[in-house]
Amino acid sequence: MEIPYTVQPRADTGLFNAKVGIWLFLASEVMLFGALFSSYILLRVGASSWPHGLLNVPIGTFNTAVLITSSITMVLAWANMKMGNPPLSRIFLGITVLCGFAFLGVKTKEYYDKFVHYEVRLVDGTVADGHIKKSPDFSVRGFKPEKGSIVLEPANVLHANPGESMADAMARLPAKERYAHHHGEEMHLEASQIRWISNYTPKHSTYFAIYFTLTGLHALHVFGGMIVLSYLFFQNRAAFARTQTERYTNRLEVGGLFWHFVDLVWIFLFPVLYLL
Amino acid sequence: MGAHTHDDVRKHLKLYIGVFLALLVGTAITVYAWTWHFESVAITITVALFIACIKAFLVAGYFMHLMSERKTIYAILLTTVFFFAGLMYLTVWSREEMPRGTTYSVGPNPSLPQLGTH
Repeated sequence: MEIPYTVQPRADTGLFNAKVGIWLFLASEVMLFGALFSSYILLRVGASSWPHGLLNVPIGTFNTAVLITSSITMVLAWANMKMGNPPLSRIFLGITVLCGFAFLGVKTKEYYDKFVHYEVRLVDGTVADGHIKKSPDFSVRGFKPEKGSIVLEPANVLHANPGESMADAMARLPAKERYAHHHGEEMHLEASQIRWISNYTPKHSTYFAIYFTLTGLHALHVFGGMIVLSYLFFQNRAAFARTQTERYTNRLEVGGLFWHFVDLVWIFLFPVLYLL
Repeated sequence: MGAHTHDDVRKHLKLYIGVFLALLVGTAITVYAWTWHFESVAITITVALFIACIKAFLVAGYFMHLMSERKTIYAILLTTVFFFAGLMYLTVWSREEMPRGTTYSVGPNPSLPQLGTH
């Protein structure tokens, strides 16, 4: 039995069914990300201070450019299929998937950097963050060191008030200085000197919790989109695409709509998380 | 977009490239504006989200072809906008609906001394 309205538009909607389906799905996605954005707003306005300058803006900008590039190649893949040029469509589709790989690769590197980057609050009120070079016999319970020592290569060192976080300390600096690195010399720290220590993972703060939630969910969408587009990439040369070209083109259009939505979400995520 | 003919698509190719370049320029402007580091958070947020909205309009309007879609799609999106606005309204409302006398932290205590750096 043939599935109806895969090519021919329905009389009532004026569209083939998959297109109505993908827009309904995207509507639900808007609400999903909308709920998380509203959570972000509530968390941010309720926070005593909000970290700035902890994410790598050039890398975030590069990833934005990668996703924008993938959007235009996606459009060109669909357009070339529409114009009867499947081989060129396949090339553009391949570039789109490669852009997805590049985006996720860079994101993985960013995540890794956060997992090996530590904020340290000292008993004397100094706050520092950076990479731990050595940590002989160092052990931590929760956020409190128990024994041992660390050698920290600090990216930032600030004098704060005892118990204050790096974000609190930076918030009192003039705006221009918040984003500048305040380098310090290598620090040899005993466990007894450290009041609080954590890497930049979701447990670190509300900021990183919402950062990993939003970007993690977005990355899952990129991954999902790549699976669909990869499938269409291989289907491009299959008999199905040759014999039912219009149906294949519609599939490409629907997959493309999802991919553009993923790009759309990142357009808001980038300034909200990296710049504001 | 379903009604687009081969010729329509061919005519739109330059437009797609133009939108792509506009998106790249928009991204560059966003980052450049960020380097000004406004003291006012409100201005920073307004500038960044204004550019983001323009970029979102370009992606949705041209890449997703919302500029020339069927009424069914607009109806779906209008419903989404309604519920999304409601969601955001609830967010603001929930912040207002607090017991009398509740105070919010708006930043570190300004009475504390200014910081110095190493």
